[in-house]
Parts: sequence; C-alpha cells; structure tokens
Amino acid sequence: MAPHTEQLTRSAVRLRGLTRSFEGRTVLDGIDLDLPAGQFTALLGHSGSGKSTLLRAIAGLDHGVAGDGRLTAPRRVSVVFQDSRLLPWRRVLDNVLLGLDGKDAADRGRSALAEVGLAGRERAWPGELSGGEAQRAALARSLVREPELLLADEPFGALDALTRIKMHHLLRELWQRHRPSVLLVTHDVDEAIVLADRVLVLDRGRIGLDLTIDRPHPRSYREPVLGEYRERLLAALGVTEDHT
Amino acid sequence: MTAVTTTTAVPAAQAGEIPQVRRRRRLSPGRRLPAARLIGPLVLLALWAGASAAHTLDTGAVPAPWTVLRTAGRLWSDGTLPTDVLTSLERAGYGFAIGLVAGVLLALAAGLSRTGEALIDGTVQLNRAIPTLGLIPLFILWLGIGETFKVAIIAIVVYIPIYLNTHAALSGIDSRYVELAEVQGLTRLAFVRQIVVPGALPGFFVGLRLGVTGSWLGLVVLEQINATSGLGYLMFQAQNYGQTDVILVGLLIYGVFGLVSDSAVRLIERRVLSWRRTLSS
Repeated sequence: MAPHTEQLTRSAVRLRGLTRSFEGRTVLDGIDLDLPAGQFTALLGHSGSGKSTLLRAIAGLDHGVAGDGRLTAPRRVSVVFQDSRLLPWRRVLDNVLLGLDGKDAADRGRSALAEVGLAGRERAWPGELSGGEAQRAALARSLVREPELLLADEPFGALDALTRIKMHHLLRELWQRHRPSVLLVTHDVDEAIVLADRVLVLDRGRIGLDLTIDRPHPRSYREPVLGEYRERLLAALGVTEDHT
Repeated sequence: MTAVTTTTAVPAAQAGEIPQVRRRRRLSPGRRLPAARLIGPLVLLALWAGASAAHTLDTGAVPAPWTVLRTAGRLWSDGTLPTDVLTSLERAGYGFAIGLVAGVLLALAAGLSRTGEALIDGTVQLNRAIPTLGLIPLFILWLGIGETFKVAIIAIVVYIPIYLNTHAALSGIDSRYVELAEVQGLTRLAFVRQIVVPGALPGFFVGLRLGVTGSWLGLVVLEQINATSGLGYLMFQAQNYGQTDVILVGLLIYGVFGLVSDSAVRLIERRVLSWRRTLSS
C-alpha cells in the first residue's frame, strides 16, 4: 500500500523548541517536531530518555513541570497507558464510556467494544478480564472518543509475547479504519518497525534519528529488509549487535 | 492383587516405580464451617443453661436464661421496656445520623481541597486526641442534662472514625485514576462522582462499622452516668434493687442491637462493593 500522502499535508502536532526539566535536569532539550495528521509514528528511546515526558507534555498532563517552547496538538486526544487503567468499580462498558455523554454514547461504546473483540463482555467487571482483554477495553475507551491524536505510552509493555502480537495487529487495523495520528512510545525496536511508518529516536533530550519506514503492511518480524532499519535504529540507540 | 495406588503402601524405590505425588500438608485453616459466627455464642448459651439447670450458678449473681427471658417478657408487656428501648434507639439514631453526615462532609472537604485539609484535618486529629467521654461534664454544662448533650456526644464518637477512614481512603485514591480523569476530560463533579466517591467507599465502610459500634458504646456510657430513661437507666435502677435479671436483659438488648446494626452495614457493604468480590474470589 502506498503511503497516504494526501493525508500527510496537515500537522496534527507541532513542537517548537520544547524543553522540559526536572529539578534542574534537562529532560527535553529544545525539540522541534511535526507529526502530520494521520501518521503512525513510533518514539523509541532508552528508559529515562524522556519518551514519556514528551508524551505527557503533548497530552497536557505535565502539571508543574518546568519548561517552555511552543506546542500545538488537536483538541480530541486520547491516551492509552501501559496499564489498562480501568476503574475496578465500573463495568467494562461504563469504563469505555467514562467522560462521554450523549444519547448514542452507549451504542458507540458497544460498537467500540465489538471492534476490539470484546462484544458480550460489556457487563463484566475489569477484575474478570485478562491482561490482554483489559488492554483491549482501554483501546476501546480511547477510540470511542474518535481522537484526532492517539498517544500510547508503552501500551503493550505489560503483555505476554503472544498477546502482544495480536494487539499489534489490532492496533494497526484500528488505525487503518479510524486514521488518527498515532504516537506510540516504546522501547521495543521490533515493535516500532513492525507497526510504524515513521520511527523517532529520542536521545539526550533531542530527536536523534527520524526514520521513515516505507514498507507495506502487514509486516513480519522476519522480513530481511526490516533488518536494515533495525540496525540503524539500534545504532542510534547506541546498541551494537554481535553478528555471528 | 488390587490396583489400589496408595502412596504409602509400597516404598517407591522398592517397587521400582515412580512415586506418586503426595498432597502437601494443608497449612490454611481450610473450609469455613456453616453459620460459623453463631457457633461460639450458642455454645456459651448452652453452657449457661446447663450450669443453671444443674444449680451450680448462684441465681442471685447469674440468673438462668429462662429467668432472664421471663423478666424480658414481663418488662415488655408492662410497657417499661418498649419505652426505654425506643428512647435509646432514638438517641443512638440521631447521634449516628449527625455523626455520619458530619464525618462524610468533613472528609470530602478535607480530601478534595488543600484549604479544607489545612483547616479540618488538624482540628479533627486534635479532637480525636481528647477522649470524647471526657467531654461529658463540659457538654452537660453547655447543653444541659437533656437529650441534646447525649446526641452530641454520640455524634462525636461516630464522626471521628468515619472521618478518619474516609479521609484516608480519599487521599489514598490512585493518582493514576486522577490522571485518567484528566485525559478523559471529566468535569470536577463527574470526577468526584465517578472516581472519588467509589474509590473512597471501601474506607468509608470501615469507618461506618466502627461508627455504628461507637454509637452503642457511647450510648451505654451516657445512659449509665446520667439519664432518666433508656436502657442504661433501666439497668442502673436494677442495680440499686439487685435485679441481676433486668441488668442481663439490658445487656442482651445492647448486644442484639450491636450485632444487628453491624450485620446491616456488612450487608450494605457487600451489595455496594460487589465489584470487589470478583477480585477476591
């Protein structure tokens, strides 16, 4: 499939000279970045490289963090966290509808749950769901609001390997259908390569590498071409692989 | 040869077989007995009845269960007991209701705003440090020896545990849920209704159960010290005339009230917090 050039004209997110620091330690050091509308971007970096700080800044969740710079983002932003963050005292459907009102809200919630493969589990308590199901419900909660920008902070980090692969397919599928801009924060190079059309590497508070991956989907981990991207990304992350 | 495969019958090495798995010794107390909480009191009652029937108890000090029951019947039919029970229930009820509302409102105010916390929390902690029953002389001087001071003391005994536990639960609400509420764009009211209140409910119920027990405790003390009606007064009078059976009737009724109100709170708790059962089971 060709890249969706017609959609990539408008910027969904625009950062200019964004800085953030904690107690005098600079975490984001003047970042300039444009995320075109509808693009699937992954953000890679070591733990502590400021990935989450950047995501939280874009989400407007960094209360009381020092910093400046210009930042524009769409109005409808959804966030998927590493933990599903379902409220244990609300049933699955009510969790999906959190903060949503309107007459057709329940119907929209039901169809969002159906989309992530949880039809029939509307009345279940979050405590009854498996880890993968809970994260599906969290995806439904973020999608039901029809976000222009979907921010995902290591959303699959706590899942087992098999569930993670299924979730990769699901996320890509949902993106294809709804076309929000996606910023996926991850520390998993393979996850970034398989899912994203553009991969950013955050290094010492700046974008160290901005790589476009122009390969058709669905991608497999085993595609040899992807190995080249992998090496470049690992090099940017300062990891050298021992070839044997 | 029978094909019974007991693990201990034949030493495995001797038989040349792989030893069968032996169940581990169970260290948990195991399955719960049916109606477990009633068994202890029933055994006690049986011992009491048995000892009375065998005339090993001094009936002046501990009258037989049937004597107590007969006395209760007599007091009920001549109208003294219903009046006293009603008076006591009314005091406990009013005091409890006021304490409940005060405890919840103060906890919400202290938990949801920093100004509220600064004004309220320290003050309540100070109040908690003063034994409430020690306030009785002062309250009598302020409010007179009528009903008001009794209700006020019970309300104080009740509001403190409700405040403390609700406030602790409020401040213990996971900050990740607060962040979620921000992301989902909840209004402050929706945030309180959908996240703060349900999140604080488990703590509130702990406080509620302590408060219910506290209201009865306060009542007993108040009615024994200075009262002209009520269950405690009935018992106080009985003490003067050496009527141990009447005292036991009073104690029995206090006990039943305490047990019933605690069970009622438990029942409501199980209903309201039904989502928790799915986690523990």
